Amino acid sequence: MATATSHSYPHRHLLGIEGLSAGEITVLLDKSEAYVDQNRRVDKKQSLLRGRTQINLFFESSTRTRTSFELAGKRLGADVINMSAEASSLRKGETLIDTAMTLNAMHPDVLVVRHPHSGAVNLLAQKVDCAVINAGDGGHEHPTQALLDALTIRRRRGRLDGLIVAICGDILHSRVARSNIQLLVTMGARVRVVAPPTLVSPLFHRMGVDVYHDMGSGLGGADIVMMLRLQTERMQGAYVPSVREYFHFYGLDYQKLAAAKPDALIMHPGPMNRGVEIDTDVADDIDRSVIREQVEMGVAVRMACLDILTGHLSNASPTDAGTAE
Amino acid sequence: MARSFSKGDPGRVAYVNARLIDPWHGRDEPGALLTEGNRIAQIGPGLFSDGVPDGIGTVDCGGRILAPGLIDIRAFLGEPGYEHKETLATGTEAAAVGGVTTVICLPGTDPVIDDAALVEYIERRAREDAVVRVHPMGALTKGIEGREMTEMGLLAEAGAVAFTDGDRAVADAQLMRRALAYASGLGLLIVQHVEEAALAGTGCMNEGELALRLGLPGIPAAAEVIVLERDLRLVELTGGRYHAACVSTAESVACLANAKTRGLPVSAGVASHHFALNEIAVGEYRTFAKTSPPLRGEEDRQALIGAMRDGTIDVIVSDHCPQDQESKRQPFIQAANGIAGLETMLPLALELHHNGSLPLMRVLEMMTASPARLLELDVGRLEAGAPADLVVIDLDTPWRLSEEGLVAKSKNTPFDGRPVQGRAVRTVVAGHTVYEFSPRV
Repeated sequence: MATATSHSYPHRHLLGIEGLSAGEITVLLDKSEAYVDQNRRVDKKQSLLRGRTQINLFFESSTRTRTSFELAGKRLGADVINMSAEASSLRKGETLIDTAMTLNAMHPDVLVVRHPHSGAVNLLAQKVDCAVINAGDGGHEHPTQALLDALTIRRRRGRLDGLIVAICGDILHSRVARSNIQLLVTMGARVRVVAPPTLVSPLFHRMGVDVYHDMGSGLGGADIVMMLRLQTERMQGAYVPSVREYFHFYGLDYQKLAAAKPDALIMHPGPMNRGVEIDTDVADDIDRSVIREQVEMGVAVRMACLDILTGHLSNASPTDAGTAE
Repeated sequence: MARSFSKGDPGRVAYVNARLIDPWHGRDEPGALLTEGNRIAQIGPGLFSDGVPDGIGTVDCGGRILAPGLIDIRAFLGEPGYEHKETLATGTEAAAVGGVTTVICLPGTDPVIDDAALVEYIERRAREDAVVRVHPMGALTKGIEGREMTEMGLLAEAGAVAFTDGDRAVADAQLMRRALAYASGLGLLIVQHVEEAALAGTGCMNEGELALRLGLPGIPAAAEVIVLERDLRLVELTGGRYHAACVSTAESVACLANAKTRGLPVSAGVASHHFALNEIAVGEYRTFAKTSPPLRGEEDRQALIGAMRDGTIDVIVSDHCPQDQESKRQPFIQAANGIAGLETMLPLALELHHNGSLPLMRVLEMMTASPARLLELDVGRLEAGAPADLVVIDLDTPWRLSEEGLVAKSKNTPFDGRPVQGRAVRTVVAGHTVYEFSPRV
């Protein structure tokens, strides 16, 4: 674990990065760091969350995020239940609040929620007694993604402060972009967003980032190049004319990457559209691409979040309490 | 508390010890008023100075304001088809509490008020159930689908006071041109919801930094002024009378001011929530502050108040839009638009007087004389022979708006807990007291 700190994470939920202090973010990252080592051992399982119930409530399909949260909970010894929109009353017209009340009556300790609409996880969190982790809400936030990205960068570069990070792609609709901007700006990185004008707003400047419309200048001197997934339905004339035109101007290939620092890291939250936002050789470049490492960090970050939030629960056992430090 | 105004003879009632305010005549002076049956019989500063004769009921106003009953020209009253959200009975009871004596209801019901028979239905149901006067606006297009004009002339003869597609904008410029032209021949008023639907798209709040941070699609201010500009060109082309139902942006204000300078027959309304709140109210995804048009930025709010002061905006409306809890307790993008505004319009408008933004006379004019002139109603003034629609207003007593204090069937308000000053303490329709405030003990 990194240096001991006097900070703590004094919040019941993790709904977003906005509003968290640098100290609070550091607490989460330091705790995650410890779990990275543990996850590399043969015996990965702990009993910290034994007896605790974690419900993964996914109103939007997801494989990697759900699996990552499931694995994180199980490695800590929690009972993990997955609920998805397809298999439940969520499709039968039950309102979000009714669902929340129903689940609340079952006394879960942690709810991990993904929802296609911004703010839905905040709404649900108001109605339940347990800790809530936002696993992505509409175009709003995806805090554990930003934490795992930050952890990946910090382990590779030793810091976040002062790094130039270029986030490229569909910034406008991206919760990953928003959470990353909030986190990286708070931690002192210099953040740029790069996208065609239809997929970014000049108002992003107010969030402390610089807005670019061409990859050449946007990537210039960058330490980190973070590519975002572009929904293919947005590429058929509504926001950009075609996949072909988008890749020509905004797809990451070696030619565009040449503008960044020679050792710049390439990141992508997945799942990738090879040949759309990222060239396949670049994505697989073992010297530059940390895309698989991001996935590994994801489990550690989610274990840390579960650890810290359950440590706050009023019925936490004395040995479990205060793990947030 | 509230009771029907259309039954029985209220006899003669003297309202004494009043501060008479009548924007229609520019009157603001101490005095008294006598109603006889359904009408005002006498008014003046010296009236009853020697006491009220026997056989006349007396209401001592205690020095409070006696003004014409308020007129709200934009409210959704639920009937027919949305009785679970509001009814003529509950909606007009809310109106009475808010000092409103005439409500103009919107045609976006189920079925839509696009036929003379439905206008007559509303008028009849109002006679049965309503505690204040109700007149419908007729649909401008059949089924408010924006394709074919309704029988505006016949609807008007049946009692429709103006024509609108409610909270839907008429998108088709050709149709709008013909509607304005046709209505001009009959002297009818066209009321438009000024929003370019394609540009508004899936937007659910003001476009700007806050929407960006919340990850919600925004509606740009341009969506409003684009339709307004277009319609004003069509007004110029046709000479039709045009009213922008609820404007929300500074750009719309500038556009309207210009049109008025050129002498076009145009007017505009503002909803009380648009001058009382800005977009910050939807922070934290507060769906109770989700409206159409959306709450805008602070500069827009200030521009609206300026336009109310200088006459660019003509009337204040409640834009009463009752929504049941299930429609509001949803993720923001899915939640329904609207605020139950009938009971809060007057206290919110009085804030503009108390904080020095607007003279009291102007505040009241925008809810009495202005809407009466706009719709050519015979109410909204204090003069002998006029209908005895009155409101007694306690201007100064501070209190807090509250959700549970509302009598409307749906209690969707973003003003729960807001401190205000002043309220209607007695509402009189056609000589009958239909509401009297009684402080809780």
